[in-house]
Amino acid sequence: MAAPEFRTPELKPYPEIPVVVEGTMAHSQPYVAPPEHQQPLGYPGELVEDWQRVAIDKMGELVAKYRSLQVFLDACVKCGACSDKCHYFLGTGDPKNMPVARQDLFRKVYRRYYTLSGKYLPWLVGAEDLTKEVLDDWYRYFHQCSECRRCSVYCPYGIDTAEITMAAREIMASIGLGQKYSNEIIAKVYKLGNNLGLPQPALADTLEGLEEDVEEETGVRVRYPLDEAGAEVLLVTPSADFFAEPQVDGLIGYGKVLHQAGISWTLSSHASEAANFGLFVGSYQNMRKVALRIREAALELGVKRIVFGECGHAWRVAYSFLNTLAGPFDFLDSRYPVPQHIVEVTHDLVKRGALTLDSSANDERRVTFHDSCNIARASRMGNIPGGQFVLPREVLSAVCNHVYDMRADTIGEATYCCGGGGGLLTDDLLELRVKGALPRMQALKEVVDRHDVTHLVAICAICKSQFAKVLPYYGFEMDQILSLHQLVGDAVVLGTKQ
Amino acid sequence: MSALTVIYALLLYAATFILIAGLVYRINLYARTPAPLKIPTTPAPTSVPGVVLRMLGELVLFTSLFKGNKPTWIFGWLFHFSLLLVLLGHLRYFVEPVWAWVAVAQQLGVYAGSAMLLGLAGLWLRRIVVDRVRYISAPSDHLMLALLASIAATGVVMRTASPTDIVAVKAFVLGLLVFDWHPLPGDGFLVTHLLLVAVLMIVFPFSKLLHAPAVFFSPTRVQVDDPREKRHLASWAADLESPRR
Repeated sequence: MAAPEFRTPELKPYPEIPVVVEGTMAHSQPYVAPPEHQQPLGYPGELVEDWQRVAIDKMGELVAKYRSLQVFLDACVKCGACSDKCHYFLGTGDPKNMPVARQDLFRKVYRRYYTLSGKYLPWLVGAEDLTKEVLDDWYRYFHQCSECRRCSVYCPYGIDTAEITMAAREIMASIGLGQKYSNEIIAKVYKLGNNLGLPQPALADTLEGLEEDVEEETGVRVRYPLDEAGAEVLLVTPSADFFAEPQVDGLIGYGKVLHQAGISWTLSSHASEAANFGLFVGSYQNMRKVALRIREAALELGVKRIVFGECGHAWRVAYSFLNTLAGPFDFLDSRYPVPQHIVEVTHDLVKRGALTLDSSANDERRVTFHDSCNIARASRMGNIPGGQFVLPREVLSAVCNHVYDMRADTIGEATYCCGGGGGLLTDDLLELRVKGALPRMQALKEVVDRHDVTHLVAICAICKSQFAKVLPYYGFEMDQILSLHQLVGDAVVLGTKQ
Repeated sequence: MSALTVIYALLLYAATFILIAGLVYRINLYARTPAPLKIPTTPAPTSVPGVVLRMLGELVLFTSLFKGNKPTWIFGWLFHFSLLLVLLGHLRYFVEPVWAWVAVAQQLGVYAGSAMLLGLAGLWLRRIVVDRVRYISAPSDHLMLALLASIAATGVVMRTASPTDIVAVKAFVLGLLVFDWHPLPGDGFLVTHLLLVAVLMIVFPFSKLLHAPAVFFSPTRVQVDDPREKRHLASWAADLESPRR
């Protein structure tokens, strides 16, 4: 399948709500997972013969297992408050990318088979049979949702489309219609421990190379240890941090911070991946299996703390679910939250004055901070609600003298997804990713024009890869996206504390 | 005893039964269904009193809708709080003697009823005019507005242009409560009003009106943000635990 031609949306002086145009993204769908990516996850290799019955049964099972689904399917009054909140709708104008319409793809089938009104008066309440056409629509449009939860902020009943998308994807995977990108990655994690399929020797080699690079640049031997039993901290970070740009500069930064703080730490080849794509496909079992690797690694290495690197959805799974999926963590040091975010660690060191920082090292950079959706709306940092917005900004301000926020309705809890989250960071969805980045690019353009901002700073591996890819479509440079800990690393003065 | 009285007495008993039984079933279903993961939309309160406050904001001020869409918020709030006032005013048919504050509420009845209509009109207009909202509207969404507007309109008419025999209505209602039936006046507006109210009560547990009880069970709003401090294991998820080391 050749990538379809498409036009990058125009950045207008003011953000606009597009006019509804049906079917503008009906051609967009990701590659279907082949059997070898389905089976390791416990799903059938290809579309099962009686898929309709299996799907409807699975729907009933999920609705009975998840209060969120049961409540969200019943509660919607079609008020439309969410209808202009999704970045994919704003970027495409396709009405099925309005959160409520996306939910309705699921809800109409639920109503048909599981409610009285839908069974007897389907035309009245918009109920529909699960036909092949409906299934095709599911596959297209449930892969045009990045599970970013922006719609849930504005819903009077807190309906979270991400929950519906996850359920739909799990139903589709269960009948043999999985998505290649996510399922291939989960299968890789089971086989090799990380999303990129890096085996232990390659990882060791990469880290050794990093140590040499940092020593060459700074003259200080900062360590990037792997599988070192007895370390205090197990660092779990997205595998993109091992060699992708700009992620790797973030990893260098974590190492410098921990080195200066005198905290012994290690990575694990068994849990060499923070990402947990089980979240994206909505599978509790797969999410749990991926999460358990981290528990196993922590036990095996005898660490006292678990710290997560810069990754958005990984932090959601870590902060919100890890204790539930893989706890209790009573074998770790109870003086620290389990798990911690690297930003929480750095923030604490900065506040205690434990790091010597030279913020002038970043004087060439004028930056703005992109709140990643899963961190903003599905997790927390520190002790107070909203700490996830405060801590990274305080760290950023401590290491950089030129920090400017984007428009208030595009950051914090109202932040826009980068356009590549939720298992959509794949080239077969490039058009969607570019168009979905529109609201973020619009807000970025405003601070670039007003404050001469040069860089976007993020704390999510997916955001970073996505921006590196889509920035050029909007007239920016791919290297205008930076890791927060790259700026930290550049500002940390190594050596004895002055 | 007229046929009308008998039919309406039975209809209202049936409607009340369906409403209560339907809601009990649905609420029980929401309460029983496990919530296996912590999914509050953050920033979220870290304690139960915090959640109570968050929910009070949602219920009294519609805080999320306020953030989402101002016209929908204004019309929606106007409709719901006029409806509340109207319902409280109707208590005068159920208690004898009438409590003082109910008397006040019923004094405001005409204004509240008109405000209800205004709110409904605004919501309906949005549903027709805004292309996004038009796209997501099913016939049932329009019918629900028609039903509510008709109930409000017949009520306002009975308080203004065509007053009904409220003494007889009260005797009818009080009689229903103790199974001692009194005649229902054969006033066209009254019988229409009551018929539509009965329809509303019957469709309530089968329709989107379930948003009223459902909001109290919405995990993104009612969950406490404390997953690092407390494990949150659903019963079916706990069953997966045994083979773990």
